[in-house]
Amino acid sequence: MRNIITIFKRELGSYFATPVAYVFIVIFLIMSGAMTFYLGNLYERGQADLSPFFQYHPWLYLFLVPAIGMRLWAEERKSGTIELLMTLPISVGQSVIGKFLAAWVSIGIALVLTFPIWITINYLGEPDNGVILAAYLGSFLMAGGFLAIGSCISAMTKNQVIAFIITVVICFLFLLAGSPLVLNFFKAWIPQNIVDAISSLSFLTHFVSLAKGVIDLRDVIYFVSLIGFWLYANTIIVEMKKAD
Amino acid sequence: MIKIKNLTKKFGHLTAVEDVSFEVQPGEVLGFLGPNGAGKSTTMKMITGFLAPTAGSIEVCGFDVSEKPIEAKKRIGYLPEGAPSYGEMTPVQFLEFITQVRQLSGQNKIDRNKEVIQQLHLDKVLNQSIETLSKGFKRRVGLAQAILHDPDVLILDEPTDGLDPNQKFEVRELIKSIAPDKVIIISTHILSEVDAICSRAIIIADGKVLVDDTPEGLRSKSSCDKMDDIFREITSGHIS
Repeated sequence: MRNIITIFKRELGSYFATPVAYVFIVIFLIMSGAMTFYLGNLYERGQADLSPFFQYHPWLYLFLVPAIGMRLWAEERKSGTIELLMTLPISVGQSVIGKFLAAWVSIGIALVLTFPIWITINYLGEPDNGVILAAYLGSFLMAGGFLAIGSCISAMTKNQVIAFIITVVICFLFLLAGSPLVLNFFKAWIPQNIVDAISSLSFLTHFVSLAKGVIDLRDVIYFVSLIGFWLYANTIIVEMKKAD
Repeated sequence: MIKIKNLTKKFGHLTAVEDVSFEVQPGEVLGFLGPNGAGKSTTMKMITGFLAPTAGSIEVCGFDVSEKPIEAKKRIGYLPEGAPSYGEMTPVQFLEFITQVRQLSGQNKIDRNKEVIQQLHLDKVLNQSIETLSKGFKRRVGLAQAILHDPDVLILDEPTDGLDPNQKFEVRELIKSIAPDKVIIISTHILSEVDAICSRAIIIADGKVLVDDTPEGLRSKSSCDKMDDIFREITSGHIS
């Protein structure tokens, strides 16, 4: 635990020592605001809820989270600091978790800084704040899912651009796993129950109910186990590829 | 102490290190010599637990590096080749990070930080980001990191590379001053360094140990007196 905190603090410090965190936060705030008002028509709908705000989060994360995740391991490998890190008395798993948490918290900070929109909606009407809180939680969990994929892919390459692009593609597939676009592709040659299984992996399906304020344990378990799976794979890949 | 038995490392078909065995006792400063690509760095990476050996075993202070990596790593200070460190951090932040990893606390933490900063003359650059430092300073930050927790075993991959003659002299004096109760392995291309600080030298080429002797012993094996000539004779196969 102590080592995880040490890694976490170092990583988080480096996000804020470089422009990475600031750029991410500012872009996230501008984009989420713009989407809420222009695409989601928050005012025109005349309803006191934040679904126009949350419904675009998956698409925002699709590009922004891989941008945060791509440097996690690729940079360590490129600069050679991975040799330093891996020869300190810290296990690979502790490093993976510490780094993941630091990046996740940076995203969390961006999410928390969207609070003016919550104040606005409370000023304009009387929204169900429980629903909003649940949706924030869901959004944060989903960001964690995207990030775990990004962290794992980042460990496979020294090149951050490659890590970014592959992560976006994988996240896109996960996002749309429940949509006709992906399902029709599989339907022709895969048994129905496997198609159903693929469809149940969809980020969107699990996020939609969370965004409505319904905290279904299954959705939470889905995202938590997704994060667990990708971070476990992350650990194995770091172990395998650290010296390449 | 370090015990290495029948150490072998293969990368695909390439054998980087072949059946290397040696022991190093506290108080010894072992110079690791050899041409580029001889397997020096690979051997050091295996001792520090960064690379897993294909065959053979490594024991550091009684802990097998493959079986008890964390315990072994706690007792090792390591300067990797090129002295990598986190560029966006300042030396103060970087040493604080290492302090936490090495779990130094209380007075010991303050004393050790003060001592290495003074030993490596880092006081003028403490609050400047590492990426803006000169090569010599980067190397010294890497050395500070390696010796911060006063380890029993020091593995230094080309510790004086990139330093000017004065800095080289100082780093050698530093190594000599901490040597008496430690196991130290340094790799180097600079043969005069072997004379200056090493109590023993191992010459490897193509992954095999060619010579394991004291600097004086090396001299007596050769017809030449200059280290450079001795090195060339041995690595090009004139002495068996």
